[in-house]
Amino acid sequence: MKILVCIKQVPDMESKFKIDASGTWYDNIDLAWRMNEYDEYAVEQAVRLKEQLGDGDITVMCVGSDKVKETMKKALAMGCDRGVHVADDNVSGKEPYEIASIIAKFAEDKGFDTIFTGMQSQDRGSGQVGVLVAEMLSFPCVTTIVDFAYQDGQVAAKRELEGGIRAMVKVSTPALFTCQLGLNKPRYPTLPNIMKAKKKELLSLAIDDLLQVEPRQQTTTLYFPEKKGGGLILEGDVPDLADQLITILKEKTSVLS
Amino acid sequence: MKALLVGEYRDGTLLTSAQELMGFAEKLGAQSSLFIVGSKDQLPAFNGTLYLAEASEYGEFNPDVHKQLLLSVIAEEKPDLVVFSHSSYGWDLAPRIAFSLKAAQISEVVDIADGAMVVPVCNAKLRRQVKPNTPVSVITLQAGAFGLSEDASGTPEIKEITGDAASAITFEGYEAAEAGGVDLSKSEVIVSAGRGIGKPDNMGVIEELAKALGGDFGASRPVVDSEWAEHNRQVGTTGQTVSPKLYVACGISGAIQHLAGMKKSEFIVAVNTDKDAPIGEVADVLVVADLKQFVPVLTEKLKAG
Repeated sequence: MKILVCIKQVPDMESKFKIDASGTWYDNIDLAWRMNEYDEYAVEQAVRLKEQLGDGDITVMCVGSDKVKETMKKALAMGCDRGVHVADDNVSGKEPYEIASIIAKFAEDKGFDTIFTGMQSQDRGSGQVGVLVAEMLSFPCVTTIVDFAYQDGQVAAKRELEGGIRAMVKVSTPALFTCQLGLNKPRYPTLPNIMKAKKKELLSLAIDDLLQVEPRQQTTTLYFPEKKGGGLILEGDVPDLADQLITILKEKTSVLS
Repeated sequence: MKALLVGEYRDGTLLTSAQELMGFAEKLGAQSSLFIVGSKDQLPAFNGTLYLAEASEYGEFNPDVHKQLLLSVIAEEKPDLVVFSHSSYGWDLAPRIAFSLKAAQISEVVDIADGAMVVPVCNAKLRRQVKPNTPVSVITLQAGAFGLSEDASGTPEIKEITGDAASAITFEGYEAAEAGGVDLSKSEVIVSAGRGIGKPDNMGVIEELAKALGGDFGASRPVVDSEWAEHNRQVGTTGQTVSPKLYVACGISGAIQHLAGMKKSEFIVAVNTDKDAPIGEVADVLVVADLKQFVPVLTEKLKAG
């Protein structure tokens, strides 16, 4: 079983964001970086599939500057076998179709049986890359999975729909799956596995060899949304805040009467 | 401008999201037609052409087949814009269509401004304006971002469509959401815990506050996924939709999926260390504090009350 997992490095969403000089993306400076949450589920599912089968080879792929290697090392420590880093200092300027075409170009002659991606990234959130890769490779694709069971070339997956309902689907491999929160509980890499990961192959590829398409969309501007609502903001000492809130709740709601 | 709107049908029911798509087309001043894999027994009020394929024949979820049906309509209709809801159906089908059309796809559109589509970035902390480079574009609309059509009336002119029903993916039916437990939609007060509670032990302070306010406790998705609360406590798109008299969001940043489930609450209090958290957009009062310190003090004062 040859498995590909596609991951992205994203900033912690609790960060204080600033707009960069181009005015079309956030500034990369002073941010804490981590693996896109949805991709952690993808990595975990790939490792579980390999464990279930008792053999397999997992390639983890990531596009970005050198700093994404840190996130790739986490995937290797979780159990991926090898890393493929596509070096690109302007990854934030690439739109989903370009990213998908890079992945598909790499994957087209590698004979992967199963590909896992997150259902979307936490920063851009387009939710397109996984499906586009599948279309480019003519793989069937099941999106937003919260359950995955593999047996003899067949996958029974559950897609999450609105309201917590799940759609049960079956598909044969090769196939691509985009992973949703709740699919599994990603493991924490153990210290021995972190050490082992340092010796795993981490290949760097030049983006120019893989990117052969033109962007189909462009960002014209990035900005902070205007605060509407005009809700009251309370700041200060905790006991004072509690008193102020109780006064407001007595005035504005009927729940304390 | 010609728009083709893609409606949805689930478990035998036409979803109201079709009316949001119509609302969007009206805002854009586009001439629109509608595509649905659904049933003749449930037609939307719509003055225009409805391309209809029977769900009994082609399945409610069957991306390969729905793609082919929709592409055949696009070939006939030649729209400038193909419009989906940003839903489990829309985000699944839209990229397949965009790829076949060599079209740009712009996901989760919340507004139109300066001739561009506006989409959220980083959990709605930022917004981005995007323009397609292609003559045809595919977009998905965030649920609730555009109001329902004010002009949804009339009887559509139906054009039945057929196609090949072969597919690599087999849909085997629905599994209902986990039942039982608490029906938060009946609660008058809900105190919900988000990721900001930090660890499961802190669920206790949330429960205590809920009790002191005579209400129930809920949770955001990350808390439920971490198994710190039961799924039947989850508020949001994939959990329960609630509208209590008072909703207290503790350590919840305010992802759109959560907001969709609670923004109709009568009065909303948010407790968050981050003054810029998107939950502030819907909160009547935002208390800037660490919930682990603030909530127990509030609970004590309410009890002493």
